[in-house]
Amino acid sequence: MELHVSNAPQIYAKDSTRTLMYDVILALLLPSFAGIWFFGLRAALVLVIAIAAAVLSEYGYQKILHKPVTINDLSAVVTGLLLGLNLPVSAPWWLPVIGSVFAIVLIKQLFGGLGDNFLNPALSARAVLLASWPTLMTNFTRPGPSLDAVSSATVLSGYPSIPLQMFIGNIPGTIGEVSKAAILLGFLYLLLRGVISWRIPVVFVGAYALLALMLGNDVLTGVLSGGLLFGAVFMAPDYTTSPMTAKGQYIFAAACGLIVALIRNFGAYPEGVTYAILLLNIVTPLIDRSVKNKVYGKGKQ
Amino acid sequence: MSKKQSLSGVFFNGILVENPTFRLVLGTCPTIAVTTSALNGIGMGLAATFVLVGSNVVISLLRNFIPDKVRIPAFVVVICTFVTLIQMLMQAYVPSLYASLGLFIPLIVVNCIILARAEAYASKNGVAASAVDGLGMGIGFTLAITVIGAIRELFGSGTLFGFNLLGAGYQPMLILILAPGGFIIYGLTLGVMNIIMNRAEANKSAKEGVEA
Repeated sequence: MELHVSNAPQIYAKDSTRTLMYDVILALLLPSFAGIWFFGLRAALVLVIAIAAAVLSEYGYQKILHKPVTINDLSAVVTGLLLGLNLPVSAPWWLPVIGSVFAIVLIKQLFGGLGDNFLNPALSARAVLLASWPTLMTNFTRPGPSLDAVSSATVLSGYPSIPLQMFIGNIPGTIGEVSKAAILLGFLYLLLRGVISWRIPVVFVGAYALLALMLGNDVLTGVLSGGLLFGAVFMAPDYTTSPMTAKGQYIFAAACGLIVALIRNFGAYPEGVTYAILLLNIVTPLIDRSVKNKVYGKGKQ
Repeated sequence: MSKKQSLSGVFFNGILVENPTFRLVLGTCPTIAVTTSALNGIGMGLAATFVLVGSNVVISLLRNFIPDKVRIPAFVVVICTFVTLIQMLMQAYVPSLYASLGLFIPLIVVNCIILARAEAYASKNGVAASAVDGLGMGIGFTLAITVIGAIRELFGSGTLFGFNLLGAGYQPMLILILAPGGFIIYGLTLGVMNIIMNRAEANKSAKEGVEA
């Protein structure tokens, strides 16, 4: 028998990057299937292209630079899937390709790879695509598997708001964000598996709801529309780009909710979840530094 | 060390080894702000070159008269003179370029490259060397921001020097002609230049090692 000498902690858990990512993918399958159900098979094509481009660009980058290839940790799959779920079903094939390459090469690998990126890769790729091709990125269609898709506004910009339809996902929007029921099931799964804590999603949505109430918005419509739930559950709690301490996570999530409420009410865009989370990604190191837990026995500073 | 350099050495120093944009990372503000097209890059670069050569020559001539304590204000007055000249010239002869560069022409006054060369080179070297240094630095700057401008224009508008290169079906990547695109392309070109220069240096030292 071989004996290993190493530093604490010595308790061994089976968690690895791969198992964590596997759980996230399982949780994301629910909104993916909901999106395919409502928007037809083209939604599946967009998702597959996004995933393939993400995995290939990670593989290509690491091969070219003679670095260990890490596509087996499934993190590129998660990035690609998240990006695909953030696109409208009408997206031309090259949109997920450019988005995935940008997310993996520029945001993730150039800053040091998994765990060193300061922005959420999928979300920053979405922001870049949104700034580059605003009409393609907001070309939302009504749900329906028919070939002649009908362009439509989202609930945030004028589509009639019917809470039940919004909850199950029978509304225009990006592939992943429409079905709130599927997102909540995914959230429940991630909670039960211990992949994420409740703090960021619940405080994010709660802070938004509180502010929407104070600003006199229709809170139920606000929470059920746009990418709020999807962002709060799948984007904001990303390990690398959100604070480490509980206190920091409360600040992070509350500020996200505040910015979403502000952009939706006073901004030029109908939706602001992407920008809220990206902005807080950038200040995450500052939050971490300012709410550092006091080490026991160190006394007052 | 700089006094022993030949004039051609001084000239190429500004273009490659100490390229103001890629190696010294000076003048980043105009680099990001005006490089939305290749033509803007050339226009800005040539305007800055004119100011650089002019101010380097005059400051080099006056280097023994300017009191050390007030040298920066004195340099700025000289630089301002040349900026005003080029501003009036551009307004008269290339009004469209003048309009598209806008505020960034008067802002050449505070371009770090010009003050840095005045302070670091022209105030310590002869007239001829200073003129060549200004020319090399200016052309280095022009080349760099023209390359950045060309990349941003090609993918951000689908054109190059105003000619439609990528066809009507190309959907331009708008972000590249917005400010974030300026930062992204500047960062990427800077990275590529670093790779090239590092390789060149490694090759050079390997060769020198063999000879020695």
